Amino acid sequence: MANSILHKAENRGHANHGWLDSYHTFSFGSYYNPQAMNFGALRVLNDDTVSGGMGFGRHPHDNMEIISIPLEGDLEHQDSMGNKAIIRKGDIQAMSAGTGIYHSEKNAHENERVKFLQIWIYPNQKNVEPRYDQLTLNLADRHNRLQQVLSPNADDEGIWIYQNAWFHMGKFDQGKSVTYNLKDTAQSGVYTFVLSGDVTIDGQKLGTRDGLGSWDISSLEITADTEAEFLLMEIPMTF
Amino acid sequence: MEKLKILAIGRHPEIMQTVIRLINNNPEWNGTAAITDKEAVQAFDHEVFDLVMLCSGIEPESEENLRAYFTAHRPAVKIIQHYGGGSGLLIAEIYEALKEQPH
Repeated sequence: MANSILHKAENRGHANHGWLDSYHTFSFGSYYNPQAMNFGALRVLNDDTVSGGMGFGRHPHDNMEIISIPLEGDLEHQDSMGNKAIIRKGDIQAMSAGTGIYHSEKNAHENERVKFLQIWIYPNQKNVEPRYDQLTLNLADRHNRLQQVLSPNADDEGIWIYQNAWFHMGKFDQGKSVTYNLKDTAQSGVYTFVLSGDVTIDGQKLGTRDGLGSWDISSLEITADTEAEFLLMEIPMTF
Repeated sequence: MEKLKILAIGRHPEIMQTVIRLINNNPEWNGTAAITDKEAVQAFDHEVFDLVMLCSGIEPESEENLRAYFTAHRPAVKIIQHYGGGSGLLIAEIYEALKEQPH
């Protein structure tokens, strides 16, 4: 495929800290791969598993849009703005770190693991006032169709962030196809991350936890070769 | 081998403590924090830094003035923006900056 980059699941960075088992699509922490720094404004795509009762203690962030998507289990959030909440599969959480925020993210249960995606996107404005938001989505709305879960607009479907990005999630039966038409063909690319199953995107075959970045396109054709769940992230390529 | 000297400037004292701790975790790097523009200029005049890292909360006018001052006094100095405020991106940002300059 022209204008695309494939990140195979097995080639991702990996850090196993015992309590945290994390796979990094892009350079993160002590994993540094100059060939895998970002896809446009998408800077971090971490696939995290946190053991029961464990989690990320209080730590700071600034100037970054941080999105968490739980895939299994429950995650307990606390931050320096006084927010305390639990996010579950089907929820999406966004933090605009802006001028600075402290937070912790912990497994809400002692005896169950929690799996979630941690996604960082460069903001389109620096030093905004920090904000936190979370939303519960209807999982049925992504069966054999794309469900918008994030956008740049507060009054649009899903959660919003300070960047011209749109996320969609889909869970498709085997053999089903869908076409995604980009919202901003002039500026955007699309990064597809397969959560489970096998899909074909414009002729490129992907398996579980593979990622494909595509740019200079106006649409994307996705076919589920097996039952499959995936996340599409439309991201500005320059920012 | 001489340590890589990094001047990190940002308005959030707690975050700056974290940034400096993370920089100094690398035995080959040495970090200095500055909260105000005055502290930043004083530190810059006092020591030859290899890298200036702009962290959160710096007002656009201050950033413009600091960049102008640093490049006027040491045109070759590398100035980068630090994003994220913690351990996630810091190491890669420094490596990427070093990649782009002889050291």
